[in-house]
Amino acid sequence: MTERENILSRIREALRVPAPQPLGMTETPLPKPEDHRRVLPKVGPSESDRISLFAANAEELRARFVVLPAIEALESEIRSMKDAEGWTRVASHRGELTDIACAKLGVPVLLTDEGYDKTELEACQAGVTECDALIAQTGSVLVTSRGSGGRALTVLPPHHVVLARRSQLVADLPEAMALMRKKYHPNYPSMISIITGPSRTGDIERILVLGAHGPKKLTILLI
Amino acid sequence: MTTAAAKFKKDVRRVTADLRHRRIINAALDGYAVKRDQKKALFQDWAGARRLAAATKYEAINSLDRCLEQFARGLESRGAKVHWASTGQQACEIIVGILKQRNARSVVKSKAMTAEEIHLNEALARAGLDVVETDLGEFIVQLRDEPPYHIVFPAMHLTRGEIQETFRKRLGDAPSDNPEELTMVARRVLRQKYIQADAGITGANFAVADAGLISLTENEGNARLTGALPRTMITLVGIEKVIPRLEDLALFLPMLATVGAGQLISGYNTLYGGPRQPGEPDGPEEYHVVLLDNNRTRLLADAEKRDTLHCIRCGSCLNVCPIFRNIGGHSYGTTYCGPIGAVLTPVLKGLQEWKHLPYASSLCGACTEACPVGIDLHHHLLEHRRAAAGTKPSWWQKLAFKLFAPVAASKLLWALVTKSGRLGQKLHPIVLGTRLDPAYVWTRTRDLPPIAKTTFKEWWRRTRP
Amino acid sequence: MTITLFIPCYIDLFYPRVGMAMVRILEKLGHKIVCPESPSCCGQPAFNTGYWDESRALAVKVLDQLKDAEVVVIPSGSCGAMIKVFYPVLFAGTPQEPLAKEVSAKCYEFAQFLVDKLGVTDLGAKFPHRVTYHDGCHSLREMNIYEAPRKLLRHVAGLELVEMRQTVCCGFGGTFSAKFPAISTAMGEVKCDLAAETGAEYIVSSDSSCLMHIQGLIDRQRRKLKTIHLAEVLAGDF
Repeated sequence: MTERENILSRIREALRVPAPQPLGMTETPLPKPEDHRRVLPKVGPSESDRISLFAANAEELRARFVVLPAIEALESEIRSMKDAEGWTRVASHRGELTDIACAKLGVPVLLTDEGYDKTELEACQAGVTECDALIAQTGSVLVTSRGSGGRALTVLPPHHVVLARRSQLVADLPEAMALMRKKYHPNYPSMISIITGPSRTGDIERILVLGAHGPKKLTILLI
Repeated sequence: MTTAAAKFKKDVRRVTADLRHRRIINAALDGYAVKRDQKKALFQDWAGARRLAAATKYEAINSLDRCLEQFARGLESRGAKVHWASTGQQACEIIVGILKQRNARSVVKSKAMTAEEIHLNEALARAGLDVVETDLGEFIVQLRDEPPYHIVFPAMHLTRGEIQETFRKRLGDAPSDNPEELTMVARRVLRQKYIQADAGITGANFAVADAGLISLTENEGNARLTGALPRTMITLVGIEKVIPRLEDLALFLPMLATVGAGQLISGYNTLYGGPRQPGEPDGPEEYHVVLLDNNRTRLLADAEKRDTLHCIRCGSCLNVCPIFRNIGGHSYGTTYCGPIGAVLTPVLKGLQEWKHLPYASSLCGACTEACPVGIDLHHHLLEHRRAAAGTKPSWWQKLAFKLFAPVAASKLLWALVTKSGRLGQKLHPIVLGTRLDPAYVWTRTRDLPPIAKTTFKEWWRRTRP
Repeated sequence: MTITLFIPCYIDLFYPRVGMAMVRILEKLGHKIVCPESPSCCGQPAFNTGYWDESRALAVKVLDQLKDAEVVVIPSGSCGAMIKVFYPVLFAGTPQEPLAKEVSAKCYEFAQFLVDKLGVTDLGAKFPHRVTYHDGCHSLREMNIYEAPRKLLRHVAGLELVEMRQTVCCGFGGTFSAKFPAISTAMGEVKCDLAAETGAEYIVSSDSSCLMHIQGLIDRQRRKLKTIHLAEVLAGDF
């Protein structure tokens, strides 16, 4: 027998005796997204509820969240960030929004789509990416290896700039999970990441430090 | 007494008397409790969330065979290689084998308690591999050659000064004791390790059965980098980590972060489903997932304690445990400490050798109250005591309880005990506080109240004839 | 109604005033009190240490004494939990299981009995002191008693109730306090520190066993705090 069969047969043998129900439970209904939504933090019904909740969450997480009035504002917003922080090299990927953002940036842009050199990516001061969704409930950004320039682009450069459309702002985690299933199941990207705020640690005396390994700064531009 | 028990008692005496330790741990965990309660309050129904989480893990564990097969199928369909290991040693051999075959020399690792459990780092070192922990807390304790102090906060027992000293000694770089500067030192050192690493090893927080995805929770981005840069990625996952559906993460991710760290959701929750896929710019060429049993099926076979496999390793039972807070994580001498460790260790490593852990509890139940997946922790401790006393009783305790029963049940004998007790207390001051004192275990640190001049029963007999 | 008291060993020997206070309160409320002279112990020490056979040997005698009672009231959440919560577990699968469940159903902790069963919250007591309340873990988590003692304290004239910032075990834990005195003592010190932080003069509790441990530490360490059982506060006899 292989170890796989060994383990599975031990499991089947063990499960022949049923376990008592967990604490405080009389039956085990299979929890559904509606059940989750009843217990999770509340999210208001309108788009402006979602935007203001996302903004409040972002502020608490020390991420910068900017709502741009129109796509025309994107180019100048990125450029002013570049000037303020003195970017000399930026990394990004091909995409409708990223193309606009990077077109007239005036600094070399490393595109990761066709592969890249890790040390070159490491030398970039910012990574500009699109996302699959923003989640109002938690102030999170959902990226994938397929839609956001791979695995490293969203975590290696010290400043991660996310570009999102209003239609991408979902209410809550159940909605985000449903979206993933609908869009990908069963052919999921090899990496899906829910990013919430800049990289952080509290491992030294529980004192919050940003930029432990990943980006020190996270900016989310909603168009 | 077993060697583990003797060491435990010795360590416990030292740590409980260490007021500096008490101050550090209480300050850290009091801060945590404030944040945890704030985040809990955001939930519309926390008690309901616990019930749903318990029901979901119940479902997963009680259909574990099907969940695992489904999970493995999903991963394999994307080109991941799934390995099954019955023991820790097998898992180590599998991982060393993969690394050798890939000609790997340097390995970056993100925090995994499962790897601690099977002593993976030692196995990798023996195979001549250079392995570095990338989670800041784990990195610090690795530099100090210490095991993690806590399953979520590995370096919570250290002050910034101690960490500065460690960095100065081991890295030759510690500009100050400022947490930010120290973190940046680690970031610089570890960035180079990432760039050079041939392989990355991670643990897993959840194994999503119906999607065939690993879910990894972290705050620093170190696991993200571990999964992004090296050519080979390996994930070690205990078989109990399954959850049935992708949608279940919507519940578990915020619950884990809330009770684990006082956050609504952790910084990075990342799902891994395979090696680099066609059309993706980066990611490992090979992705290996090692499923570990290592006595988990033994827990599964114990239907009463099967719920211990619901554990999501959030650490919340440690955080509220007055025993943990006073004896510290290292005194346990086990991979898993705190209440969950006291329940798991006797099953995983032997009841008679480790029965002192279930006995070292006031059975206060704070752990059970805190557990987000409803594990009946403190009653399992009681059950362990029963099993320990049943299989190998202490003769003098058994005798004492045997003799006590008829005494406590008899009016006459109890009156006799009362009278002789009074006499004994008259003589007590002669030996009080010395080793000859029969009540030494109590009187060494506490006064004993005197037996009343008139006991309740004497009063009752006198006043209600 | 006729109330059967179960007086645990340490109340009999060390704190008879707690039992007497309870008798006075319940008689003043017009009830008839009976009190079996034996057994003096519910069998919890053996049970918690894992010696269930030895525990049962005592517990059957307790069941025998309590089987005809109308209600059973116990001035201790810990012994109360033993009879109410753990007897059905201890006797599961034995011939006494139905009796254990029957006794369990009519068993109350003192504060719970007053508030939840009798609906009494004001006993006209006076206690002009600042106090903090210690929840015995068995009362709190096995019997789910939280509000009842506080409701009673809030109606005591002159009494100011200040909560500790943490609800935590005092470290007594029965045989645990003797098996691991170092841990037990450290936990007790933390408890005393928390109580002292509130500025309270007294720690009030429904569990004399916790108070024995806490008072023992206070006396040894010459701390300023005092301990008192809820029944004594309510009876107003001090």
